[in-house]
This record gives sequence, structure tokens and C-alpha cells, in this order.
Amino acid sequence: MSDVSYLPKHPPVTDWVNDFDHTDPRWTENPYPIWDELRTASPVVHTDRFLGCYMPTTYEAVREIAHDTEHFSSRRVIVRDVRPEATGVAPPITSDPPQHKPAKQLLLPPFTPDAMKKLEPRVRAICNELIDEFIADGKCDAAARYTKHVPVRAIAHMLGIPEKDSDIFIKWIHEILELGIKDDDTMMRAVHEMTEYFAGHIEQRKKHPTDDLITTLMNARDKSGQPLSDGHVLGSLRLLLIAGIDTTWSAIGASLWHLAKTPADRDRLVAEPALMPTAVEELLRAYSPVTMAREVMKETVISGCPVKPGNMVLLSFPAANRDPAVFPDADKVVIDRKENRHAAFGLGIHRCVGSNLARMEMTVALEEWLKRIPDFRLDPAGQVTWSEGTVRGPRQLPMLFGKAH
Amino acid sequence: MAKLKIHVDQDKCQGHARCKSLAPELFELDEYGNAHEIGDGTVPAGLEDKAWLAQTNCPEIAIEVTEE
Repeated sequence: MSDVSYLPKHPPVTDWVNDFDHTDPRWTENPYPIWDELRTASPVVHTDRFLGCYMPTTYEAVREIAHDTEHFSSRRVIVRDVRPEATGVAPPITSDPPQHKPAKQLLLPPFTPDAMKKLEPRVRAICNELIDEFIADGKCDAAARYTKHVPVRAIAHMLGIPEKDSDIFIKWIHEILELGIKDDDTMMRAVHEMTEYFAGHIEQRKKHPTDDLITTLMNARDKSGQPLSDGHVLGSLRLLLIAGIDTTWSAIGASLWHLAKTPADRDRLVAEPALMPTAVEELLRAYSPVTMAREVMKETVISGCPVKPGNMVLLSFPAANRDPAVFPDADKVVIDRKENRHAAFGLGIHRCVGSNLARMEMTVALEEWLKRIPDFRLDPAGQVTWSEGTVRGPRQLPMLFGKAH
Repeated sequence: MAKLKIHVDQDKCQGHARCKSLAPELFELDEYGNAHEIGDGTVPAGLEDKAWLAQTNCPEIAIEVTEE
């Protein structure tokens, strides 16, 4: 008799090419050599884990899948252990054509670069308020004290919800994006709590309209002049909160992590501030935080590899961005890289609606940090930890300020 | 030097806005953030490098640069 109940559901990986697992601790810690191994083996690899899942490993295979809405659906955007029928929709990220375009067009105008310029002074102020709280200590956990709070407060400001509710948003995101991969009850509870939270804000605005993104969505009309369903509005609000926080938190954190251990890049950015936009694109390429998912709907061939329905796809934009066939010295951070068609915000119709917000937040967060704290390094007494799963970035980032002695 | 002309393919552009950031003299964005060449797309003398820079950074390969 054997009792298998004690076995972990995710045994350690021994064969990455045929049995990959993006929740394995080694992937979380340092995925880059794993991706190189997979890419060398095949442009598309498969695992039986997660009820069957492919992963495109090259830029070209990722691009093909991202552009192919006929064979690949976005109705499930996280690769998980389970595939329950009733997943919460969050238009437009979970929408396929023809529903996708109208849902996306509602959200695009508030996120244009010009709209972000109006938000920029508030984000600059948020950064300085945060730095004021820890700069005198000479050290901080930059993930807990800085990178986490910049996007939370910015998106709360845009949505018109209290910035002081940040901690509860961060709890929901951890439960949905990390714990939710393996624990459906926790995920559903978090989705339910978020829905209740936003439903309350919608009710308040029915009595007292405000000038914010929640009101914009409530006032939106479809082509036939009808308001969006409550489900659509709530789904889009959940999306904006989830997608707008730990993604940029991760990107800012990974950038500071890189700068903490690369004094030459740090000094160059301090000396040449005009290089920042190019550097931000390179940091986005090298440390892309977001991996998406698709579901195979119809059999097809991707980069010569057969792909069959019933499987999910781990759509790793981060792995595409490390493909040496497209990016020379792909594993090097070249902060003045000239040609950089990186896919950090996705490719095709699902291009991240918040990409202009993310870029502005990253730029401002790095600029304000470097102005106040031009010299910093990782604290050898602390430990850097990375988030697991769909969005990768530092969750503990202990730093010491000033030059090393 | 040959004169350059640029064109943004509206079927391909997804609004990454890289071109607008790299070459604001040559591209403008509409209310959805999708890019369009300014005017008829003729690249003024001196801005050729920016046209090529925008073209080589577009993730959707949506920018055509032609030499007239």
C-alpha cells in the first residue's frame, strides 16, 4: 500500500525540457539559464503539469502565438493547477475578438502618454513622500518601503479609491497571482472581496458622481448606446487594480536591484539623465516581469511544433526578450541599447493597456530615487526574494545607502 | 541623401508608442494611443536617423520606411 497524500503536488523538476514548472523555486530564483536550456531544445516545449501546458521559448514562437487569436484564446490568462469553468472575467484582458476591441477602446484614452503626463507630478510627489520616510535610516527594504507603493498609490489615485487602502489591494494581488495558482479557494475569496469593494464604490458614485476612472467606466456606452453591465465594469476594475500594481512594482524593483549591483550603470544614469528613457526600455527587456497565458482552442503548428487543444500556453514575454536570435548579448543589460523591439508589454491586440503608465512610473521612480540616493547597494546582511509565478520581481530588496567603505 | 517617407500600418500598430517617444517630430498618437505619421510622412532632412530608430524599435513591425 502506498499513501501518496504526503507527496507535494509540484515535485522538484528533474527534466526541464519535458516537465517544466514555472512555480519551481529554481525558476523563481533565476529563470534565465532554464529558459536558455529550453530554447536550445525546442522553440516550443511541453509539460504535463498544470493539466498540460506548452511554453514557446523563442521570440518568434511567442510572437506567433500572441498574434494568433484564432487558435489561442485569452479566456484564461493565468496557468494554474485547475481550470474551473467560472473564472472571473476581466475585459479586455480575458476577451477574444470580436468582444475584445470595444472593451479595450474604452480603456485606452485614459492611459495615453498625454494623460500620463498629467498624472506625473502626483507620482513624483508620491516617490518623494516615500523616500522621506526612510532616507534618514541609511537603509531600507526597497520592495516593502518604495517599489510596492508607487504603483498602488498611482492606480488608486486614477481609480479614485483611497490610497490608504493599499495594503488590502496588495493582499488580494498576492492571493490571486501567487497563491491562486495552486489554491482556488483563496483566489475566489480574493476575487469576491475585490468585487464587493468596487461594488461599494460604484454605489457611492451613483449618488455622488466623481471625476475618476470608476466614473468613466460607469458612464461608458457601447455602440448601441447601452451602459456596460455591472459585471463588465467590475471585471475591468479588478483588472486595472491587479494588473496595475505588482507588475510595475516588479519592474521598478528589478531595475533598482540591477542598479544596486551595477555601479557603472548607476553612475552613468546620474551623469546622463537623458539616457533614462532608453535605459528604462532595456530594463523592461532584461527584467520583464509579466508572463501571460493562452488556451489552445484548435490544433495548429507553431515554429514547426504541433500544438494541441486542451492545453494551456505559458506565454513568456520575459523569455522572448532574452532570445539571442533577436537581441545580441541578450543576457547583458546594455542601458544604451539602440534596437530594442522588446515584448515586455505583450504583442498583438492584448498589448498592455497600462504600458504608458508603467513607463512613466518606472522613469519617475528611478529618477527620484537616483536624485535622492545616487549611491546604494544590496545589504549583505539581508536577502533578496522574488515573487513566484505569473509576475516576477523582488519582494524583499534590502539596500544600504551611500558608497561602500 | 535619398529622401525618406514613413508610414504606420494601422492594421499592425497596437499603440506601444515607442515611435512617438523616439521621434516625436515624425509621429503623433490618436485618442486611443495608436500612432500615425505626421502629415504625408515625408521625413524632414536631418531626421533620417530618428525615422530608422523608430522603425527598428517598433515591437509590431508596423512602421514602413521607404526611400524616394
